Amino acid sequence: MSDLNAVLAATQGGDSATSKFNSGFARFASRYNSTSPVILTLLALILGFLIGAVIIMATSAAVLDAWRHSAHHLGYIPSALKISFDNVAAAYRAMLTGAVINPSQLWHSLTTGTGWDTTMTPLSETLTYATPLIIASIGVGIAFQTGIFNIGANGQAILGGVLGTAVGSLIHCPMIIHLPLLLVAGVAGGAVCGLVPGILKAYTGAHEVIVTLMFNYVVNAILLYAVLSTALQLPGQSNDISRTIDSSAFLDPLFGAKSGLRVSYGIVVAAAVVVFAIWFLKRSSLGFDFRVTGANPNAARASGINPKWIVISVFLVSGGLAGLAGAVQMASTTHYIDGGFLIGSAGIGFTAITIALLGRLQPIGIVWGSLLFAALNVGGRSMQAATGIPLDLATIIQSVVVLLVASPVLIKEIYRLRNGGQSFQMSTKGWSS
Amino acid sequence: MRVELKGITKKFGSFTANDRISLTVEPGQIHCLLGENGAGKSTLMNVLFGMLHADEGEILINGEPVRFANSGEAVRHGIGMVHQHFMLVPVFTAAENVVLGFEPTKSFNRLDHKSANARILELSEKYGLDVNPEAIVENLSVGLQQRVEILKALSHDAELLILDEPTAVLTPQEIDALMEIMRSLARDGKSILFITHKLKEVRAVADVITVIRQGQVIDTVPATETESQLAALMVGREVNLTVRKEETQLGDVVLELRDVVVRDDRGLSVVNGVSLEVHAGEIVTLAGVQGNGQTELAEAIAGLRHVESGTITLRGTDITNQSPRAILDAGLGHVPEDRQRDGLVMSMSVADNLVLNTPRRAPFARRGTRNLAAVAANAADLVERFDIRTGGVDAMASSLSGGNQQKVIVARELSRPLTCLMASQPTRGLDVGSIEYVHRQIVNERNQGMGVFIISSELDEVLALGDRIAVMYAGKINGIVGPSTSREDIGLMMAGSTVGEHV
Repeated sequence: MSDLNAVLAATQGGDSATSKFNSGFARFASRYNSTSPVILTLLALILGFLIGAVIIMATSAAVLDAWRHSAHHLGYIPSALKISFDNVAAAYRAMLTGAVINPSQLWHSLTTGTGWDTTMTPLSETLTYATPLIIASIGVGIAFQTGIFNIGANGQAILGGVLGTAVGSLIHCPMIIHLPLLLVAGVAGGAVCGLVPGILKAYTGAHEVIVTLMFNYVVNAILLYAVLSTALQLPGQSNDISRTIDSSAFLDPLFGAKSGLRVSYGIVVAAAVVVFAIWFLKRSSLGFDFRVTGANPNAARASGINPKWIVISVFLVSGGLAGLAGAVQMASTTHYIDGGFLIGSAGIGFTAITIALLGRLQPIGIVWGSLLFAALNVGGRSMQAATGIPLDLATIIQSVVVLLVASPVLIKEIYRLRNGGQSFQMSTKGWSS
Repeated sequence: MRVELKGITKKFGSFTANDRISLTVEPGQIHCLLGENGAGKSTLMNVLFGMLHADEGEILINGEPVRFANSGEAVRHGIGMVHQHFMLVPVFTAAENVVLGFEPTKSFNRLDHKSANARILELSEKYGLDVNPEAIVENLSVGLQQRVEILKALSHDAELLILDEPTAVLTPQEIDALMEIMRSLARDGKSILFITHKLKEVRAVADVITVIRQGQVIDTVPATETESQLAALMVGREVNLTVRKEETQLGDVVLELRDVVVRDDRGLSVVNGVSLEVHAGEIVTLAGVQGNGQTELAEAIAGLRHVESGTITLRGTDITNQSPRAILDAGLGHVPEDRQRDGLVMSMSVADNLVLNTPRRAPFARRGTRNLAAVAANAADLVERFDIRTGGVDAMASSLSGGNQQKVIVARELSRPLTCLMASQPTRGLDVGSIEYVHRQIVNERNQGMGVFIISSELDEVLALGDRIAVMYAGKINGIVGPSTSREDIGLMMAGSTVGEHV
């Protein structure tokens, strides 16, 4: 079989060498090494927005009416085209101004020197939304790079949030101790939550996908128990809501409470995590062991790496980061948790899996992926407010991008790109190991 | 059938795999295509078999130009190919595999097993290819599986048979049998194209030899050429085929196996009480047909497989069932049998692979932080010393040729302090030039007083390197003989008989 594969690969290589580039765009893209993940992701993004545009048009009554008219009177076609374009443009403009910056508002601030809070709000919101995503996705990405599918990041994040809330509300001490203690508690909560599946996998061979996935449900129950317990429940309440943490444990707004911008010191924590992850993967001995194990578990074992220890330490690192994400989310936004904390559509641990794959498991890629997801969400909300197009459109665009990035062959085919020797290797080897 | 290739050129991008290759196979001729790995042999055969399309040149069958859009057309024109890796359905019988795709049927499309079996028997009798048509393929030895492949080609009325490295997986006896089959096919007028890089076989069976190097035909010569002349043509320089070994003083025992018992993955005991000693300053080779427990024994020594009973000591230190880390640190050098599976991380750089089992050792890391400059410096030094041909120390291991990948592993092992070097199939899949190099390194280490333990199913290698040769059969050492023992005797011992004097 391997012969056949070799022949197939050789054939493809041969074809690509002589293939004619059909479109000028492909030629443009190929100049920038079309196999580069960045280009592929950008192309996927463009396609995602194009498909989104089609959906906007197909669901807009005004657009549909215009086309219905032009079906009877061909003279209406130009105006139908214009209405279609205007609709899409309005939606995407609302999305962009809501997620990044509003140019006219920026101009206003630049010329008058006032209104900076309004100008910067979209960026601040996007960064706020991205903060826990960056931290959790990096945790997931490190596990994936080791060939371990940590699907339990959400549970780990919740437990990080629970422990963080406990430390933040039940212990009282100065900020210099309290805030670090809260963050450490978050890490510990996530690490403990990851340790159980880790030990089960290392010593009994239990498959981590199943164990971590199921553990999410266990943690949901723990969360409910915690916020209803006498220790953590908000006194005088019978609802599933926790005490509020001391202000000495708050991750305060980065530009002060008066700025009106929500972006908090959590983004500093996220930046520290990014720096740590880059160092860890590239420069640390443990990170090297992780990467060797992920790339070739057989060679790892033959080289003296202890697979049990690797499995456990991966879960400690990955779970710890997910827990930190949960604690940061709680300490920077709500300052308390309730029974719905990170559950359902707020499940950052599940989004983190998608973003880790989108960022190709690399810290910098994950930062961009998190910012993209955050921007689509924040922008989607303002699009919904401005044009009435539901937020689900943002979700559709996200889904299309992820689908296309996960299938580089498809996107190369769509854009007729040259096939470089290497294909994107985000294999599912973890499933079979 | 007379097959002519005229000026075949095949390019992959800027790389020319075949450069105006011309050769002619006459009816009844055994034509050997000799060349190193990567010389373009397989590409040429894939062009001939319709799996690749030539950029230039033409193929003539009995003087008529032909073009094959796919391998099915090649088969219809009487060309059969036996691939290096068999393309059989393991759970089907031999007969079912042979008729696959052209099944004879009775009424209501029921398979006609009887006539399928009869067809096999008829063909196998004609050419001396004994195969039980009812045998399930996965239960057959590799040699017999290959016969099924040959039968499959013959059953499609192949007039030209392409054999791609057919001997790589066979025992010496099976190789002899295969050559007999090839001769009998040739007597019947079939043409045979035989691809190999093994000189001994070429001279034994070929009528004509075409040597290709870097995609070009270097020469077409008769089989009377000497091995060293052929090697020189193939590699492009003089090659030293015999390994020179100096007299050395035998030192202490460095590796000692006592009654070692090991089970395989299915829980069957495949190493049944092996005892063996390797002294400093000698090379002990372990010969044996694949599947007689050598693989599992090597894994047990390296700590990768549980030792059921018995002891393994490395210069007096008991390493039985220690962790691989502890055994590596105790000074066992390990060149694993499957280098891409166990020896290298293909997606990582040459530099990282060169410190794969010493990443935490000074100066490569300090308190958990890697020193990438030291890793790179080490790589630059080893690439230079071991002549590893790579695009750079940052190039991925997968970009290296098989020979250079093996050099990376050998360099890595020899660059750390060792008590004993254990190498499994150290030259499997390597070309003549690389084999020469690896052998010289191994002998150098022995000359400098290291104990070396080589596990090989390659008889030439076993004989060329071994100061003592242990033959393994059915999980036991069947005898330990000196290097002057004849090939025949060792071949017989590999097949289970106990002959030859014991050393």
